[in-house]
Amino acid sequence: MAVVTYIEAITKGLWEEMERDSSVFLLGEDIGEYGGAFKATKGFLNHFGSDRVIDTVLAESAILGAATGAALVGMKPVAEIQFADFVTSGFNQLVNNSATMHYRWNIPVPMVVRLPSGAGIHGGPFHSRNPEAWFFHQPGLKLVAPSTPYDAKGLIKSAIRDPNPVLYFEHKRLYRHIKGEVPEDDYTVEIGKGDIKREGNDISVVTYGATVHQALEAAELLEKEDGVSVEVLDLRSLMPLDKDLILDSVRKTGKLLIAHEDNITGGIGGEVAALVAEFAFENLDAPIKRIGAIDTPTPYSPTLEEFFLPNKNKIVAALRALAAF
Amino acid sequence: MNGQRPRRGAKQSPSKGDLLQLYYYMRLTREFEESILKLYRQGKILGGAYTGNGNEATSVGSAFCLKKEDYLFPMHRDLGAHLVKGQSLRNLMLQHLARANSLTRGRDGTGHYADPSLRIYGNISHLAAMIPVAAGVALASKLRKEKAVVMTYIGDGGSNVGDFHESLAMCSVMRLPLVLIIENNQFAYSTPIAKQFIVKRLSDRAIGYGIPGITVDGTDVNEVYAACMRAVDHAREGEGPTLIESVTMRMHGHSAHDGAEYVPKNLLEEWKKKDPIARLEKHLTEKKILSASKKLEFEQKISVELEDAVQYALQNPYPAAEEAAVGVFAEQLGIKI
Ligand SMILES: Cc1ncc(C[n+]2csc(CCOP(=O)(O)OP(=O)(O)O)c2C)c(N)n1
Repeated sequence: MAVVTYIEAITKGLWEEMERDSSVFLLGEDIGEYGGAFKATKGFLNHFGSDRVIDTVLAESAILGAATGAALVGMKPVAEIQFADFVTSGFNQLVNNSATMHYRWNIPVPMVVRLPSGAGIHGGPFHSRNPEAWFFHQPGLKLVAPSTPYDAKGLIKSAIRDPNPVLYFEHKRLYRHIKGEVPEDDYTVEIGKGDIKREGNDISVVTYGATVHQALEAAELLEKEDGVSVEVLDLRSLMPLDKDLILDSVRKTGKLLIAHEDNITGGIGGEVAALVAEFAFENLDAPIKRIGAIDTPTPYSPTLEEFFLPNKNKIVAALRALAAF
Repeated sequence: MNGQRPRRGAKQSPSKGDLLQLYYYMRLTREFEESILKLYRQGKILGGAYTGNGNEATSVGSAFCLKKEDYLFPMHRDLGAHLVKGQSLRNLMLQHLARANSLTRGRDGTGHYADPSLRIYGNISHLAAMIPVAAGVALASKLRKEKAVVMTYIGDGGSNVGDFHESLAMCSVMRLPLVLIIENNQFAYSTPIAKQFIVKRLSDRAIGYGIPGITVDGTDVNEVYAACMRAVDHAREGEGPTLIESVTMRMHGHSAHDGAEYVPKNLLEEWKKKDPIARLEKHLTEKKILSASKKLEFEQKISVELEDAVQYALQNPYPAAEEAAVGVFAEQLGIKI
């Protein structure tokens, strides 16, 4: 098995699916010769040609609408939005066209939208978004958010093969900072299945994306310093949610911390909390805790951004409060 | 000139004094951006750093046509417009360095601020998203009979975003006092203009909205000034919007991290010969408007003021962390100027 970075894993998954299925094609801004703002598609244009690696005009609504149209008639477009923030310029296409077509017309729309997301890179209010919750509320869209290279490759492949629109949230901070073993051969990670990234007995942390790594570090620290055993559940797939995995974990540990980088109010954590409150209330030994960004736009200045974002220390503090309960 | 002509004539060429001012601001713009790049390389500017090298005649020459009561909505290559409209070097430096006393109190960076006292409203990153907002200000100006004009900008790439077209549709029908300048600098990030549009001139877009459209040489500040003066006058007289395409070259990478290897070297060399500042300087020297001593005086003034701004901003602290939570909602109506 090769050790690759998170972004290399995405690249490999895309490459393999394009080799495998000639109906897969890429479209987006600066993805051809330039290889994309983050270089995920470097070399694709030379290998696959300009009919399958399409540099588009600068117009997100046209990109997402065109992806929807091509998918409607059986192609498998993978659209890259340069920064997830700019998906708003094509919001209407996703929530009203892509998301509802199968329900209304009974026609599958097998498209993928790649969304480089997340803060902690001094990007300020418009290059830092975690926009998943907007789409979480819209029936008809599947949402995935890998945290490791293994999941990144497995999920991009599943997303491309899925007959539905899949939004693929890739965290920019993980791109080159996270490495991991990734099989060379063809494998997929099933959409809708979470993953226990660390087993534990005392507290469950339900998380996804970049926050998984902070939760893992916090769990290590609690094990070492407090002798508390923390389970880290990586959702991987936000829609559909792996409800069974969440409920099983909480039934085992009796305590739940939900942690995500997106801001708290109206975030995906709220749905997880509601799920547990509804179906595992009697198993809870402590109130559910949530951690996320504070409810403001993402500030630019480093002191403000640090205060804004969740981090390992904030997770440790929340875990200690739960452990002491 | 395409589409309908602006009806009013206007003072179409800058006076000698104006020309010296234009030269000064263009030089200041470039020097300011050089210090931004230096601070970026020193790791003092976090995130990204954008410059408008090659765009100085456009940003300076256009904003020069505005009066105090006019509104400016600059984009990411328009530092010169901020300066001409009266923004201080200190404030701009505080913004870039994300300091506590910056106009956004560290919440946002670069030109992404609003300064109602100068009627400057900065951009957000989403390209073209400010054009409808600028249209709204133009609408307010019209409804209140202010006779104030709104000037805003967009890139060649950004002019494909729907907001650009929706705004022109609205402004044309309502005859709103808007001047929209497309800065055609040959590239949108790595994408050459051949992949962005197939019209001959981007000002041809004006025809579809029945408004005046004009393309100017964006390296010639005189041309920019003349076209903008006419457009501003046209807008002020209640005749509606004008679309101006200013053709120049993005001489630097998209932002400081981008080496722009995709830009053909000979293209850069061609455009270097048309450098807007060198061009104006040559003109002013030949016409004996700019003397060697005046030039030196400008250079010294710029260097002293820039050094002051950098030191001032670096000494200002970052905001206190807890400040992050404050200010999402307004407590009352009205703004303090
Ligand atoms: C709606 C939107 N999509 C994508 C981006 C990312 N992006 C920032 S600048 C840029 C290129 C802009 O090109 P152009 O409009 O020609 O202006 P220039 O930077 O060349 O002055 C891109 C793609 C963005 N900021 N906004």
